[in-house]
Amino acid sequence: MNSFIPRLELRDQNSTIMNFMSPVLAIILTLATSAIIFLIMGFNPIQTLYVFFVSPISTLSGLSELLVKAIPLALIGTGLAFCFKNKIYNIGAEGQLTMGAIFGGGVAIYFYDSNAYWLLTMILIAGSIGGVLWALIPAYLKIKFNTNEILTSLMLVYISLYILDYLVVGPWKDPLGFSYPKSRPFSEAGRLPIIFNGYRVHAGLYVMLTLVFLSWFIFSKTLIGFKLKVSGHSSMASRFAGFNQNYLIYLGFGVCGAFAGLAGIMEVSGPIGLLYRDISPNYGFTAIIVAFMGRLHPFGILLSSLIIALTYLGAEDAQLFLQIPSAVGFVFQGLILFYLLGSEILIKYRLKFI
Amino acid sequence: MNEPILQFKKISKSYGNVLANNQISFNIKKNSVHALLGENGAGKSTLVKILYGLLQPDEGEILFNGNIFSTKSPKESMAKGIGMVFQHFSLFESLSVKENLILGLNEEISYGALVKDILAISKKYGLELDLEAPINSLSAGEKQRVEIVRVLLQEPKVLIMDEPTSVLTLNETKSLFNTLNSLINDGTTIIYITHKLNEVIEFCNDVTILRKGKEIETSETIKFDSDSLATKMVGERINPLHRNNFISSDIIKFRVKDLSCKYNDPFLTDLKSINFSVSKGEIFGIAGVAGNGQTELMQVLTGEDIRVQSGEIIFNQKKITFSKPQERRDMSIGFVPEDRSGHSAVPELSLAENVLLCQFANNKFTKNGIINNKSISKYANEIISKFNVMTEGDSSKASSLSGGNLQKFVIGREILSKPELLIISHPTWGIDAGATQYIRNELIKLSNQGTSIIIISQDLDELIQLSNRIAVIYNGELSNSLETDSLDIKKIGLLMGGQSE
Amino acid sequence: MINFELIIGVIEIVMIATTPLVFASIGELVTEKSGVLNLGIEGIMLVGAVMAFITLVTTGSYIIAFGISLLSGVLMSVLFAFFVLILMSNQIATGLSLTIFGIGLSSMLGKEFIGIPIEGLNPWYLVILSFLIVFLVSYFLNKTKNGLVLRAVGESHTSAHALGYNVILVRFLSIIFGGSMCALAGFYISICYAPMWQEGMTAGRGWIALAIVVFATWKPRNVLIGAYIFGGVTIIQMNLQAIGLRLPAQLFSMAPYVVTLIVLVIISSNQLRIKLSAPASLTIPFYKGR
Repeated sequence: MNSFIPRLELRDQNSTIMNFMSPVLAIILTLATSAIIFLIMGFNPIQTLYVFFVSPISTLSGLSELLVKAIPLALIGTGLAFCFKNKIYNIGAEGQLTMGAIFGGGVAIYFYDSNAYWLLTMILIAGSIGGVLWALIPAYLKIKFNTNEILTSLMLVYISLYILDYLVVGPWKDPLGFSYPKSRPFSEAGRLPIIFNGYRVHAGLYVMLTLVFLSWFIFSKTLIGFKLKVSGHSSMASRFAGFNQNYLIYLGFGVCGAFAGLAGIMEVSGPIGLLYRDISPNYGFTAIIVAFMGRLHPFGILLSSLIIALTYLGAEDAQLFLQIPSAVGFVFQGLILFYLLGSEILIKYRLKFI
Repeated sequence: MNEPILQFKKISKSYGNVLANNQISFNIKKNSVHALLGENGAGKSTLVKILYGLLQPDEGEILFNGNIFSTKSPKESMAKGIGMVFQHFSLFESLSVKENLILGLNEEISYGALVKDILAISKKYGLELDLEAPINSLSAGEKQRVEIVRVLLQEPKVLIMDEPTSVLTLNETKSLFNTLNSLINDGTTIIYITHKLNEVIEFCNDVTILRKGKEIETSETIKFDSDSLATKMVGERINPLHRNNFISSDIIKFRVKDLSCKYNDPFLTDLKSINFSVSKGEIFGIAGVAGNGQTELMQVLTGEDIRVQSGEIIFNQKKITFSKPQERRDMSIGFVPEDRSGHSAVPELSLAENVLLCQFANNKFTKNGIINNKSISKYANEIISKFNVMTEGDSSKASSLSGGNLQKFVIGREILSKPELLIISHPTWGIDAGATQYIRNELIKLSNQGTSIIIISQDLDELIQLSNRIAVIYNGELSNSLETDSLDIKKIGLLMGGQSE
Repeated sequence: MINFELIIGVIEIVMIATTPLVFASIGELVTEKSGVLNLGIEGIMLVGAVMAFITLVTTGSYIIAFGISLLSGVLMSVLFAFFVLILMSNQIATGLSLTIFGIGLSSMLGKEFIGIPIEGLNPWYLVILSFLIVFLVSYFLNKTKNGLVLRAVGESHTSAHALGYNVILVRFLSIIFGGSMCALAGFYISICYAPMWQEGMTAGRGWIALAIVVFATWKPRNVLIGAYIFGGVTIIQMNLQAIGLRLPAQLFSMAPYVVTLIVLVIISSNQLRIKLSAPASLTIPFYKGR
C-alpha cells in the first residue's frame, strides 16, 4: 500500500548501538532544524550556529561559564534519575531548588555578619533539607492519597516561587538595598569559594562531581539502585521481590529534593551571593531534558548537562551579538528532547522498508 | 454440504526468526464445525488472525466461496462475513453491555432497532443479557455471551471461536454448545480453536492439526480417538508421570485458618473464610475457573497484598498472616506467581539480574547492600545448567527466552534454594509439552525431598497428575479438599461451577 | 442590603477569568478520553496566544487572528501526535518538551510585540462559546456513536483495534481537538482577557487545566464546575488583595495553586473512583504489530 513509508518492526533485543547513537542523532537533527529556523529568520545559519555553539566555549571564561551552568543541571538531572528510573514523574525540581535556596539562604541571611568556618556547611545542609522537605510533599500525597505527582509537584513550584517573592520583598529585604527586591549579600564565610581566580566556576563543581559519581555507584552496584530499576520496569515484579514501593518513592523524591535543593543553594551561595526573585533560569525544568538525554545514567547526564548548558550560553551570546531573543535556547532544548524521544524508537524497533 | 467455504493456500507468516505459519494449506467445508487443534505456539491464533484481518500473511492466499479473499482489517473481514469471538475477551470493561454491542456494529443503528435485534438473537440462541450492566460486573460466561451476540448481530457466515471453553464452567460450556449447534442449524460455519481433545471429538466434524507452525493433517474427526489425536498434536507419546511418594502424615507444615479478605473493588474477588492445610512433602492442588479469587489468594499467600480482614496463616507453628514477602522467604518459603512476564521475572533485565528478585534465606547475593555480581551470575548459571534452560547465557535478557525456558528458569530459581514450602500458580500455563513435562517432574522430585507444595491451576489434568489432594475455589470460597486417588471428576466439575452437591 | 450590582459584577468577572480554563480543560478531557495524556497544554496555549496577538497587530483582523491561532494549535498538536502516536515516544516526556518548546517559541516570536497596545475583543462571544463547546462535547461523548468509539479507544485500544476501529486516527483527531482548544484559550487570553502579549502570560493555567480534568473525573460537565471553582478562587483572591487586607499579596497569588493542590488530594484520595473513571489505557502507547 505505502511501499515507500518505512514500517516499524520490534527488535528481539534492544539495539546497543542505537542506545548510544540516538542522542547523537537527536543533536544532529536539532542543529539541522535550528539552521533552518535561523535561515527563515534571515540569519546566516553557519555564522549563527557558530555564535551559538562554538564561540561561547572558545575562551577560558566561556568554559568556566559552561561549568557554572552545568553544575545545577547535572546535579538536578542526576537527582531526577532517582525518580524517573522508578517511573515517578517528579517535575517540580524547580520548586525544590527554590526551597533549597530559601532554607540555605535563610541561614546565610541570619548569620550575615558571621565569619564562622562552619557557616558554609550549615548553609549547604539547610539548603538540602529545604529541597528534601519540599520534595517529600508530593511523595507523601502520592502514597497517602494517590495524588498524581506531576500535578502536585508542579503546583508546589508556583507556591515556592511566591514564597521566595514574599521573602525578598518582605521580611528578608536588604535594609540597605533601596527598593530592590533582594536580600542582604551573604557574608564571605557563607559563599562557595571559586576554584580559579578570575573565573566564576566554584567549588560546587566538586560537590556535583562527587554526587554524580556516588549516584553512578548506587545505580550500578547496590541493591537500592536495583530496586529502583525493577520498580520502574514492573511494579508487580517489585512487589513479588518484596521491595517496599513506598520507601522507593520517598527515596526517589528525597534524593531528588536534596540534589535540587543543593543545586539551588549552591547557585545562591556561589555565583549569586544573595537571594532575589530570579535565581534560576528554569534549571529545574531544563534538568528534565538533561536527565532524559543522559538516558538516566549519571555519566550520560553529566555529558548532556554540558550540551544543554551550551544552549544557555549560546542563547545569551546570540541575543548579545545577533539580537536573537534568548528564548531561542528553550526552543533548542525542546527540540533536542523531541528528537531524542523520537529517535529512541530505533532502540526498540527497526525501520523496515518494504 | 461438501463444498469448501474457505480454502487456505500455502499461508506463511513469520515473526522475526520464528515461522509461526509455514506453508499451511487446507479446506473448510461449508456449514461444518472445523477444529484447529494444536498446542500453544502451534500457529492456530496466527492463522485465524490472518483470516480475521488482524495480521497480513507473508505468503499464500485464502479463497472464500471460491474467490480470492483479502482483508486488511477486522472491519473488512466482518463486512465480508467473517466474525470472531476471542479467548481473552475484547470487551470494554467500564462500558455497558449495550455500548459494547453498538461498538460491534459497522453501521449506525437506532437503539430501538438494536434492542429488537438483540432480543431476537437472545431468544433464538438462548443468550440472555442485561443491556445496561457494565461489563466489569459480569461473569466470564456472561462476557462471552456478550461477545457472541456482538458477532452474531453482524450475521457472519463464518464464526471463529478461539478457545471458547477455557474460562467456562461445565454448565456454561453446555449452553455454549447448544448455542453453537443452533447456529450450525442456521447454516453458519464454525472454526473452533482448541487444545482440548474431547471437544474436538464430541463437537467437531473435521479437524486440522497444527504443530510448530506446520499443518500435520486435516481429516474428519471420526477417524480419530483421543490417543491418536494427542499423538498427532504433541508429536510424541508422553510418558505417564509417577506420583510423588507422599503418604498421609500428621506433620502439618502450613495452615490457613478462616482467612477472609474484603477489597471493596469490583475488579477483585473477596476471599471468604478460607481453610486448608498442607503436610510435609505433600502437594496440594487448588482448582477453579479463572477469576474466582486465585490471584487474590496467591497474593495473600506470598505476602504481596496483605489486606487480610480476619483469620490467619500459619507456617511451622508461626503466624505469618501479615509477614512481608522477604520475611516469608527468610523462613524458606518460595513463590512462583502465574505471570512470568513482569511478575516473577522482569523481561527487560538479564537472567542474572532476575535471580536477585528472590533473595532466599542465607543468600550471598548482596553484602552490605552491594550486589555480588559473581554470586548471582553463578546462581543463574546453576539454574541454566541444572534445569536445562535454553539460552545464550546468564547475561541474556529474560525477554529473549521462550515461555517454556523462562518458566523453567523461574521455577528452577525457587527449587534450587530448597524451600520448605513452594507456592506456585499455573506452573505450566502457555508453555510447550516438553517443558511442561519437565517442570511437573521437577515438582514431584522436590516434594519427594520433603518440600510441601501448593499448586493453584486451572488445568485440572495437571492437578490430578501432581497433587495428593485437591480443593476447588469458587467465588472466593474454597471447598473441602478431596483425595486425588479416590477423586470423582464429576464432583470437581460441579464444584468448579459453584454447585456443592 | 444585598448589592445585586456588585454580585453580578463579580459573577461577570469570574466568568471572564474562567473561560480559558474551560477551553483548555475540555480540550484536554477529549484527548485524555482517547487514551493520550498531553502535558503540552501550557506550551500550546502560549503559542496560540502569541500567534493570535502577532496576527492581530499585523493584519488588524480578529477573524484572521482567530484562524491563525487555531492553526498554530493544530500544528503544535500534530507535532505532539506524530511523536506519541507514530514514534510511540513517552507521552509525559513528549508533553513536557512540547511545553518547553512552546515557552521558547512564543517568547522568541513575541519579543518585539511586548507592550504593544491593542483593542481587545469583547470576551462574551467566547464565554458563550465555551459553554456551547462543553455541552457539545458532552453530547458527542455520551450520545453519539463516534463519541462512544472515542471512549472505547481510551478504554482498551487493543479491543477497539480488534473491532476494526482506527485507534491512531481517533487519537490523532482527539489530540488535534485538544490542541485547538488550548490555542483558543491562548487566543482568549491575549486578545480578549489581557489584552496584550507578555512572556509566559498563561501563568500555569495549562497545568491547572490538567488538574481540572482529574477533578471532573473525566466528565465534560464537571469541567465547568471545576473551572469555575478555580476561576472563582482567582478572582476572590484578587479582590481581597485589592481591598488591602493586611496579609502579604503573595499569599493570595498562590491561593489558586494551593486550592488546586488541596482539591486534587481530596478527589484522588478515593482511589476506586479514579480507577473507575480514568480512561484505562491513558498514557499507554499503541503498537499495531503482533
